[in-house]
Amino acid sequence: MKPTNFLLSAAAAAITAGAASAEDMTLVSWGGAYQASQQKAYAEPYMEMHPDVNIVWDESSAEAVAKLRAMNEAGNITWDVVDVVASDAIRLCDEGLAMEIDPDTHLAPAPDGTPASEDFGDLLVSECFIPQIVYSTTFGYRTDLVGDTPPDDICDVFDLEAYPGKRSLEKRPINNMEWALLCDGVPKDEVYDVLATDEGQDRALKKLDTIKDSVVWWSAGADTPQLLADGEVVMGSTYNGRLFSLIEEQKQPVAMLWDAQVFDLDGWIIPAGLSEERKQRALDFIYFATDTQRLADQAKYISYGPARKSSAPLVGKHAELGIDMAPHMPTDPNNAKNTFLYNYEFWADYRDDIDAKFQAWLAQ
Amino acid sequence: MTDASQTAGPMLAADGTPLKQSLARSLRRQKLRALFLIAPLLIFVLVSFIVPIGSMLFRSVENSIVRDTLPLTVDALQSWDEKSGELPDENVYEAFVRDMIVAIENKEHTRLGSRLNYEETGMSSLFRRSGRQIKKLDPETDGPFKEKLIDIHDGWGDVKTWQVIKTHSVPITNGYFLNAVDMRRTPDGPRMQPEDKRILVKLFGRTLFMSLVITGACILLAYPVSYLLATQPTRVSNMLMILVLLPFWTSLLVRTSAWKVMLQQQGVINDTLVWLGLVADDARLIIINNQIGTIIAMTHILLPFMILPMYSVMQTIPPSYTRAAKSMGATNWTTFWRIYFPQSIPGIGAGSILVFILAIGYYITPEIVGGTKGVFISNRIAYHISSSLNWGLAAALGTILLAVVLILYWVYDKIVGIDNVKLG
Amino acid sequence: MAALTPISRKPLSMVLPSVALAGAFAGIFVGAGNGSVPMGMIGGAILTAGLAWFYISVLRNERLAYWINILGFGLAGFLFTGIGGGILGLLGGWFFVWFTYWLYEGRYRRKLLPYLTAQQVFFHYLFRVICGAIFVFLITPILVVLPLSFNAQDFFTFTPEMLRLDPEGYSLKHYQDFFTNNEWQRSFKNSLIIAPIATIISVSLGTLAAIGLSQSHVPGRRAIMAILISPMIVPLIISATGMFFFYSDIGRFLEGTLGFNKTFVGYLKVILAHAVLGIPFVIITVTATLVGFDRSLTRAAANMGAGPVRTFFKIQMPLILPGVISGGLFAFITSFDEVVVVLFVGSASQKTLPWQMFTGLREQISPTILAVATILVVISIALLTTVELLRRRSERLRGLTPA
Repeated sequence: MKPTNFLLSAAAAAITAGAASAEDMTLVSWGGAYQASQQKAYAEPYMEMHPDVNIVWDESSAEAVAKLRAMNEAGNITWDVVDVVASDAIRLCDEGLAMEIDPDTHLAPAPDGTPASEDFGDLLVSECFIPQIVYSTTFGYRTDLVGDTPPDDICDVFDLEAYPGKRSLEKRPINNMEWALLCDGVPKDEVYDVLATDEGQDRALKKLDTIKDSVVWWSAGADTPQLLADGEVVMGSTYNGRLFSLIEEQKQPVAMLWDAQVFDLDGWIIPAGLSEERKQRALDFIYFATDTQRLADQAKYISYGPARKSSAPLVGKHAELGIDMAPHMPTDPNNAKNTFLYNYEFWADYRDDIDAKFQAWLAQ
Repeated sequence: MTDASQTAGPMLAADGTPLKQSLARSLRRQKLRALFLIAPLLIFVLVSFIVPIGSMLFRSVENSIVRDTLPLTVDALQSWDEKSGELPDENVYEAFVRDMIVAIENKEHTRLGSRLNYEETGMSSLFRRSGRQIKKLDPETDGPFKEKLIDIHDGWGDVKTWQVIKTHSVPITNGYFLNAVDMRRTPDGPRMQPEDKRILVKLFGRTLFMSLVITGACILLAYPVSYLLATQPTRVSNMLMILVLLPFWTSLLVRTSAWKVMLQQQGVINDTLVWLGLVADDARLIIINNQIGTIIAMTHILLPFMILPMYSVMQTIPPSYTRAAKSMGATNWTTFWRIYFPQSIPGIGAGSILVFILAIGYYITPEIVGGTKGVFISNRIAYHISSSLNWGLAAALGTILLAVVLILYWVYDKIVGIDNVKLG
Repeated sequence: MAALTPISRKPLSMVLPSVALAGAFAGIFVGAGNGSVPMGMIGGAILTAGLAWFYISVLRNERLAYWINILGFGLAGFLFTGIGGGILGLLGGWFFVWFTYWLYEGRYRRKLLPYLTAQQVFFHYLFRVICGAIFVFLITPILVVLPLSFNAQDFFTFTPEMLRLDPEGYSLKHYQDFFTNNEWQRSFKNSLIIAPIATIISVSLGTLAAIGLSQSHVPGRRAIMAILISPMIVPLIISATGMFFFYSDIGRFLEGTLGFNKTFVGYLKVILAHAVLGIPFVIITVTATLVGFDRSLTRAAANMGAGPVRTFFKIQMPLILPGVISGGLFAFITSFDEVVVVLFVGSASQKTLPWQMFTGLREQISPTILAVATILVVISIALLTTVELLRRRSERLRGLTPA
């Protein structure tokens, strides 16, 4: 026992000596190019202004709900600011796991004085959610594997005869069910009404059944780009920023299929139950990181649209490639000819129901 | 003789105490010393592992959420006969509205909805949707509530909804365990799940089957290699051992991704086969995202766990036995089968049990190379822990898995003895 | 075995069919590549047997035959399919001429016992070939990882440039990323802090307990053993969640009540969790070593007046050291390669190398993890070789003949 004790205390000394004097603040995000853009646009300037804060990243946004629930139950919240998609934010807010935010007191107004609540507008989909970007989930396809007629319609995904080969789809019902219904002949504005019924859900699954054997299911953001780069799949759904980086930065023979892209939001939440000191620090960071200039800065590194109206005119060129970012934004009129608006309320309500069905279907 | 025994009395030890007593004392001291050596670790493992795991597994029966969130409703439902096929009375609805208003205030109703949704799909959206309307009701002035609730969502006019609430209002439930074997709690006792939700028993079967196949494959591959290692001079066998240990020292994640690179349809194996012309370009082998992928990758990953114990057992088999058999005229086969093989069985046993136990608990490798058909029960547990948040079911599945492993452990201990497991 | 068996030349009637058989096997692949498997087999058999006959009966010059065959096959391969085929041709050419002479001169018997029958010799080599194949299976993933870590692109894919051996397709950028990227460096440092301390805890506690367990009269031995082994048999995901709740409580207590530093508590939690996971390996290996331990040695030491502590360190410890070391290695690798538990118990400040690799794999396509793996493989080869060389050296010093 004695040597152990000795070693422990020696190690303790080493650890404390090794740790920087600055206080760690843990930001949770998605990793990859997206997190890199946040690091450059938000974290680095913030640490420069506040040398006493040291930002560390945790790439756990995909499991944010589960982890926050566990942390809350254990009374040990190690995260300070968490980047989540809007539907997760709604869920966390409903369960009291995220702190409610008052946009006009907690967030910076636009440079012209417009209060934040107006600047963000409809994108404030929950009391706890501070929107950051608009992104879309859409398809990319291998230009060299689709023959002379590249796909231009979302239903080409379901057309195994014209486009044989594997496709990658996300291992969850969201988006897949909507696309399936759209391609089964349901008009766009009725999709969610149909999906709210048992018959509608079965109908969507039946449509997905037609391509089930040709689907590679992905669960992490890096999967589809890797599968496309390998030529393992002909087309695959993923976030548009990932495809941007695959096409423009990595120069892979891939092109975008923008048809029926699904708009979604991503943003910050602050976990409920932080100590006062940590809460103030988190709020201070949020105030800084979601102001007009900062949101526009992020778009220099990745093709996601800033969530503030006032940031849109400030979006310029890619920081390294020097190409104009506007045509790569999901909101660009050329890309947004046929878009699909993700229904937050619907998915917040029906996610558990449909997820249970979808997972059972998947395991059949 | 008689004199001696009378004068001597009981046999004495050197210090004059009776020998029996002295021996007993020494034995006691020995026991104490052994326990004293074991105690630090035992306490450490008990406190920091067994107790936490126990409390985690306790979640498989713990179910106080319904009673805690809807206390008045649960009481009111006591007098309702769930088998009558009629809706409960107004007093249940009133109690429910009162409970819900408190629950919405505390943001607990959506959790309850998720909890009940594990039992009956549709409950989650029912609670979430109605929550927004019920919040506006005032329990003192707005009654009666029966009509109003059914107006808000027709789910409240469905007898089934109330049956689910009542059936699952017990604080200690067998519901999760029933779910874990594709059954469910109903007012009429345990019943099978509907056909399309029965996936877990199949998954258990698949997990056991694939673990057996993997163990078998490991035995087949490890036996010759261990034999070679054991019969070569130390110099050679140690160099060869590096080949066994290298993959073992390489990160599991890296090995798994390497297998992904090898097995996929545009991967190394398929490319080589196509290049050699053994497989047509449009008929590439599908050896990933299915059971074959999982079996190949896991066999590779667990192979060192089979080789090491086998090797250490085979090392102890004296070569003179086989030589003796041969000199007495036994053929090669007889020598191997009657002399060598029986002596190597403990190695096979030790390796098999180790590989099998590790295999049925695996989840990262199947997750990456298994697709939807090559996954194990652990992947389901991980899904319920981190995605569907159904920790109760996860704990129930985990308990069953653990029970299987413990039975195996017990059988193994009976047959081989845990002392005989050797790792290198 | 070391004794040389006298060898003699073998008749052509045995050599030629064997070479033809091997040629036919190789011909399967060549034939399949060119459309007809049977033609390839027949062609391969005739070609190799014919060449063998030519070298043995006509040429009668082994050195010359080697050159002709290697260069000839290489040239043919190069003319038909380019550089890749050329290299395969060189290798194939070398193999066939070597194989021919190996059979003809009877060299295959040189290292075998003289009285073995032909069948036994055949099985001996068949067995070797099978073992070789299994070793290849064991090592291939590493062979795949090595070149990919030099990929110039950011994917786990063999690009056409790489297959053409074009220098453009290779780069060191993933290594550069590992050495310059803060996240990788920090996680590497964290792993180097956590794994050794966790190993020391599991080895010291585990060895003591194993010695205790090996005493002859331990009440409830089986139950204790089962408890100590349990971290190995409980599925990791369950352990992870269970320990998460436990260590959250511990962390709150240490930080809040006892006022420990937050970073220190963070590390302590992960270290203790990993120590528990490593314990079964230590227990199993050390108990196994103790089974064969001759107890009269400790009694003799005690008899000569050594105290229990002295007996332990001077007598018992050196003898069971191999078991302790190998248990320690297992415990070390368990911690150094563990991702599930640390994801739950640790917080981002204690991010370990496997954690960083896990994110690298899931969230960003970055062959940096392959570069890390390659570095680790090289380190472990160096370590294992050093250990082996030291062992040989000590054998020599002690004047033992190599076993």
